[in-house]
Amino acid sequence: MGLVNIKIDGQAYQVESGLTILEAAKKCGFNIPSLCAFNNGKCSRASCRVCLVEVKGARGLVASCVYPVSEGMEITISSPKAIEARRASVELILSNHHKNCLQCEKNGHCELLEVSKMVGARDNMYVGEQTPATLDELAPGIIRDTSKCILCGRCIERCKEAQGISILGFENRGFKTIVSPVGNRSFANSPCLQCGQCVNVCPTGALMEHSEIAKVDEAFRSGKKVIVQTAPAVRAAIAEEFGEKIGTPGTGKMVAALHRLGFYRVFDTNFGADLTIMEEANELLERIKNKGVLPQITSCSPGWINYMEYFYPEVIPNVSTCKSPHMMVGAIIKSYFAKVHELDPKDIFVVSIMPCTAKKYERQRKEMPDDVDAVLTTRELAKMIKRSGINWARLPEEEFDQDLLGEYSGAGVIFGVTGGVMEAALRTAYFWLTGEEHALIDFKAVRGLEGVKEATLDIKGTEVKVAVTSGMKNAKKLLDEVKEGKSPYAFIEIMCCPGGCINGGGQPYVKPMFLPNEDDDILETYRAKRASVLYSEDVRQSVRQSHNNPDIQKLYKDFLGKPGSELAEELLHTSYNSHREKYPNK
Amino acid sequence: MIKIKSSEELISTHEKLASCLDKKFHCEDGKRAIVVCGGTGCLSSDSADLLERLQTLIKEKGLEDRVTANIVGCFGFCSQGPFVKIFPEETLYTKVKVSDAEEIIEKDIIGGEVVERLLFVDPQTKNRVARQHEINFYKLQKRDIALKGNAEINPEDINEAIGQGAFLALNRALHMSRQEVITEVLNSGLRGRGGAGFPTGRKWQFAYDVESEDKYVVCNGDEGDPGAFMDRSIIEGNPINVIEGMMIEAYAIGAKNGYFYIRAEYPIAVNRLKNAIKQCEEMGLLGDNILGTDFSFRCHIRLGAGAFVCGEETALLNSIEGQRGMPRPRPPFPAVKGLWGKPSVINNVETLANVPYILLHGAAAYAAIGTEKSKGTKVFALGGKVNNVGLVEVPMGITLRQLIFDIGGGIPNGKKFKAIQTGGPSGGCLTEKDLDTPIDYDNLIAAGSMMGSGGAIVMDEDNCMVDVAKFYMTFICDESCGKCSPCRIGTKRCLEILTKITDGKGTMQDLEELKSLANVIKSNSLCGLGQTAPNPILSTMNAFYDEYLAHIVDKKCPAHVCKSLMQYKILPEKCVGCGMCARNCPANTIHKTDKVPVGRPATLPLRVHEIDPTNCVKCGLCASNCKFGAVIKD
Repeated sequence: MGLVNIKIDGQAYQVESGLTILEAAKKCGFNIPSLCAFNNGKCSRASCRVCLVEVKGARGLVASCVYPVSEGMEITISSPKAIEARRASVELILSNHHKNCLQCEKNGHCELLEVSKMVGARDNMYVGEQTPATLDELAPGIIRDTSKCILCGRCIERCKEAQGISILGFENRGFKTIVSPVGNRSFANSPCLQCGQCVNVCPTGALMEHSEIAKVDEAFRSGKKVIVQTAPAVRAAIAEEFGEKIGTPGTGKMVAALHRLGFYRVFDTNFGADLTIMEEANELLERIKNKGVLPQITSCSPGWINYMEYFYPEVIPNVSTCKSPHMMVGAIIKSYFAKVHELDPKDIFVVSIMPCTAKKYERQRKEMPDDVDAVLTTRELAKMIKRSGINWARLPEEEFDQDLLGEYSGAGVIFGVTGGVMEAALRTAYFWLTGEEHALIDFKAVRGLEGVKEATLDIKGTEVKVAVTSGMKNAKKLLDEVKEGKSPYAFIEIMCCPGGCINGGGQPYVKPMFLPNEDDDILETYRAKRASVLYSEDVRQSVRQSHNNPDIQKLYKDFLGKPGSELAEELLHTSYNSHREKYPNK
Repeated sequence: MIKIKSSEELISTHEKLASCLDKKFHCEDGKRAIVVCGGTGCLSSDSADLLERLQTLIKEKGLEDRVTANIVGCFGFCSQGPFVKIFPEETLYTKVKVSDAEEIIEKDIIGGEVVERLLFVDPQTKNRVARQHEINFYKLQKRDIALKGNAEINPEDINEAIGQGAFLALNRALHMSRQEVITEVLNSGLRGRGGAGFPTGRKWQFAYDVESEDKYVVCNGDEGDPGAFMDRSIIEGNPINVIEGMMIEAYAIGAKNGYFYIRAEYPIAVNRLKNAIKQCEEMGLLGDNILGTDFSFRCHIRLGAGAFVCGEETALLNSIEGQRGMPRPRPPFPAVKGLWGKPSVINNVETLANVPYILLHGAAAYAAIGTEKSKGTKVFALGGKVNNVGLVEVPMGITLRQLIFDIGGGIPNGKKFKAIQTGGPSGGCLTEKDLDTPIDYDNLIAAGSMMGSGGAIVMDEDNCMVDVAKFYMTFICDESCGKCSPCRIGTKRCLEILTKITDGKGTMQDLEELKSLANVIKSNSLCGLGQTAPNPILSTMNAFYDEYLAHIVDKKCPAHVCKSLMQYKILPEKCVGCGMCARNCPANTIHKTDKVPVGRPATLPLRVHEIDPTNCVKCGLCASNCKFGAVIKD
């Protein structure tokens, strides 16, 4: 791509051709406010009309998010006409926005509020009727409040591009337009995965996770033994909530904060990940040995399980029956841990800190109703830490509690990134098949953030083909092959969110507007940065394979017997529903 | 059906069919011809039954070898339909009912006498006019370009169209290079008839210049302006002409497929178009290797669900693709990335209907009609407070005065002309001072309105211009797609302010806000719908600022339209005390007073009545029931 000469506010610059004015301006050091563009200034809608600028020779004002730069273009951002136009667009949006900012959970991350400040919007400049609103609180994972919605359309696009299912769309026309699942149904009554990708891109409080903080508070109040576990991906992102750069590990401080919040025990879901590997690798070997249904597909991602039950129920026999790691931990806490400590499981309240909104739905599945009592997202945990007056910067680094479920392996850590489950499973499966550890612990072929990754492993002469995918749009091709019985693979890892849990729907928002210290390309690099936290923690662990985790070995010796035992089946495995005519409802 | 496989075959078929058509119109074979209007307006006044009755009578009376009867497209003079026209005399009967069929057959066809009572009566001279071309309504019109074939040929029979010269223009185009065709259209000066008036040839040139295996031509038949029905009538009257225009366009830009996007509310147009496409396919005039050349082309029809915004070309493309009808940002322009991401040209129905004329008669002949920058003719749907309501095709450059007073026959009931709204919801109001402006694209824009698709609504002194602005704003507000915030929210806020003003609660600050808001919507909106949405407000504010002030300052509606600002009053000097008003009052708020009506004996129980405004719902029943004109609006 060549370079073009442009002028912005009278200053000459050289930028790559093919950029939009918004992108080019950013590179030249100008922040044009915008609400509907979220892909670093690439937008296909131009619907918010906030990013208007003047271009010499163009008819009227142009939306900088879609207008490409060209040779000799003269752009004016700072003219009174452009400034007034941008302000007026925001003021109009504000006139149809439910401005209860102090009650709004998005406060602090609200792009509308930030843009309002940027353009100098005056409150109540325009007043009038508000669009009839819907508050959808039925779904366990996500809340939709159309009174806050500014119809930017980001969520619609995100759902389509990440999951390929387009749950959300525009309903009604004109002033009555809202964003909703078809027919303004609840998320709970539509085939929504509750993955939360839409929540991540929403500029306002229109889409939020269904908060369970109050539930946890109530558990503390009632004197229950509140045990917390944190998913691997949470540590890779939690520090961002406290102003640290993306890619800063937060494990030690997070544990320290959890101790200060008064949790009875602070465990790591990585233990559950190790346990999952034991069960899942065993299941895979059984399938291979007994000529069972192959490929086996992972079951850790509840968004993927939702997708499968709605759209590919035919592949249920392929999906591992393993519960997801945090559900396994919940089940073990309420059985083994309770037994050893002579506690009544009813007095135990298990909280999972997850990067995920779908986990909130998962814990309420009727197949496993009592394993976990509340699921908080990474963002919710940050809120709890903040409101308790804890100064993140001054927190010491602390260790997870060493009490039966304390140890974890490097294999468990990398669960949080796409390819991690596969790599962890391969480490153990290789050992079980060959009786020796793979010389190269890192199966790098399955790493990386591409949509679909394939690898062929040579296990002492036996070739095993595996595939890894994330994002349901990417998974579709692999699943069609499985459905038609043409899949060449033995094992497939599927994660719902593109990039895996590090990019889950419950993770801290990545909004360049609020991240002045990050690089311009942060939207392209944040996933890799978060993934690197997990990979470096993997390398640091003394134990790198699940089967070598001493606490796991002890659990099997003292309690479960062996992987796939009857007790393990009862506690650690689940079943799926191929007839979800009735959508999940609370 | 015969196949036409080459240029020569087309010409010989045309000559053969032309002589048939000639015979029909000139009675050379001794056979007279009856044609009955088959436009939507006349059909809804039972013209189909009328035709059937005529045909039955012809059969019953054994007149088959003396007369034929068939349907034709719209006559345009819709307020006088249904029409029956008889060739070769060209006698035009108006407002014909099914029950009149027998008299026409008996008296005219058998007896050779004109049925006087069915002739048009000139409202000025009160004379009966027998021939169509003698009626003032038709005198200034030029109905042979866009409305070619309308009211002459049977729109359901391709043979009549070929007889009239259909596909000869295509034939000429196919003998030219693609660039030559585009140059011809460019030279003709044809501009888009959909609203903005973009030069058609330039649009074609853009798409021609883009290299692509697949290109599309799209015909925009999503006519949505209130009161407009040009496109509907053109398709209903001569679908082949539009198809031919599209084929020429497709050949010029290099497209193999064309889409007609027509609203589903136009079932007759859709059916005639479907039928025409089918007949063209059967004759080999659509499909592969048309007229023996390597030009292959197919037509498809897509129905629109009636959203006004789908007339906006990018929203229309989305709708064809099966998506929600919402405009796309530009660039990329449709000529580069249109339907399914391929170069596409979208042209209005009327634009395409002009194309065959240009290719057949040459750019120069076309450019000879009209003004310097606006060539050819324009079809208007003349409506509102005008005597001759209907569809007219006039050369560009005719004045508004000619349009309203000569063709339109002036304002009914001796009322005073106030304004003419052109361009639909995107246009504006033109007033007395603009009456002698020659109609063309640029003049109308300079005068504060626009050509638009051709809706022309005449208003008289009984129209409140604030109310008119409110009407259009309500329309726009309903029809905004909801995509961009200035249009979605801004039009709603405008409507709220206008409602406040018509409710008598407006302030001068509201007026300022309305104006600034209108300008915001204009500059900030995404598509043409939004950018032009405030035009009705801005143009009425510009020309009728006094009326706004009257509403706000004096709390009066000068036209007595805005209910909150007017009340019904009984004039005591005119009231005879009959009590009709009180008996019909649904709110029971009209009472007898003690006053004896003027000139009536006190011994009678008649007393002057009075309206108590507190409970009055302003329904107007008192006024319409008063035979003495004693109830007035104040």
